[in-house]
Amino acid sequence: MTGVDVLDGSPASPPRDNGEIVFEAPWQSRAFGVVISLVEDAFFSWEEFRTQLIVVIEEWDAQDDGDRPTWHYYECWLEALERVLQTRSHFKGRELDDLAAAYLDRPHNHDH
Amino acid sequence: MLFALREGDAVNEHSRPNQGAASSPEVRTEALEDLLIEKGLIDKARVDALIERFEHDLGPLVGAKLIARSWIDPEFKTRLLADADQVLQDEGIGGAEIEHVEVKANQPSIHNLVVCTLCSCYPWALLGLPPSWYKSSEYRARAVREPRSLLRQMGLDLSEEVEIRVWDSSSETRFLVLPERPAGSDNMDLEALASLVTRDAMIGVAKATNP
Repeated sequence: MTGVDVLDGSPASPPRDNGEIVFEAPWQSRAFGVVISLVEDAFFSWEEFRTQLIVVIEEWDAQDDGDRPTWHYYECWLEALERVLQTRSHFKGRELDDLAAAYLDRPHNHDH
Repeated sequence: MLFALREGDAVNEHSRPNQGAASSPEVRTEALEDLLIEKGLIDKARVDALIERFEHDLGPLVGAKLIARSWIDPEFKTRLLADADQVLQDEGIGGAEIEHVEVKANQPSIHNLVVCTLCSCYPWALLGLPPSWYKSSEYRARAVREPRSLLRQMGLDLSEEVEIRVWDSSSETRFLVLPERPAGSDNMDLEALASLVTRDAMIGVAKATNP
């Protein structure tokens, strides 16, 4: 076992066509795909998204260790996406919060 | 503990980088996607196809084949080091729409290491998506501050005589390491050679695998 095995939690496998599983939950791949789609269709630029992602990660890094939540890269990614969409006025007011809250209230929500 | 932090360990509302409306990222992502579909900004099938491409079509084998070929073909290696973008275009390697790629060759006295100190920029078209440790704050910080000790911890013990060059990726430029061809690989063909080129070797946290 190499050091990378330990760090990565996955075997340091040789290259293969499909690489490795890099998303740990389906929502992470959805959040990723949404950003790529919006960038490719020029709703915002990659640079604009990246700038926001850097800000969110910096905020995370700046927290004291004690207060710092478990590192979740794709939560930073999602937060950055939300901020870009708000800045670009693609989302109005609290419509995202409201819809998310409505989904949470579903009797048999999909959150599991 | 170093590198103990991994994404996805436990998902809950307290782990959001900013404590906005409390809801899990699963639900928030679902709501966000539905809103964007309703507004006509995205199409579900297209997002599916993009995820499929990144998860399955783009992977380290694309980069490994370029490395293996440059081991065999000195003229190709020269072109790859001089103008990787042109080589990618010539080879019809897609997915590079937001990437300018530079390839850095390891030498007996020089070892190259790739990091993105600010976020997670990575040569997607050549390596697929980055592993979780590449995105960790520990890797991002230590790759620049103490690369030798970081590499040792990751299983690569470089002699003090070897100069380590750290390349910080940006949205403009992504880097790929061209590792040295391992001894004992003289009679191997392109495909066999490519199997020695791991993703980690192309990031610079490992050497190419010995045959």
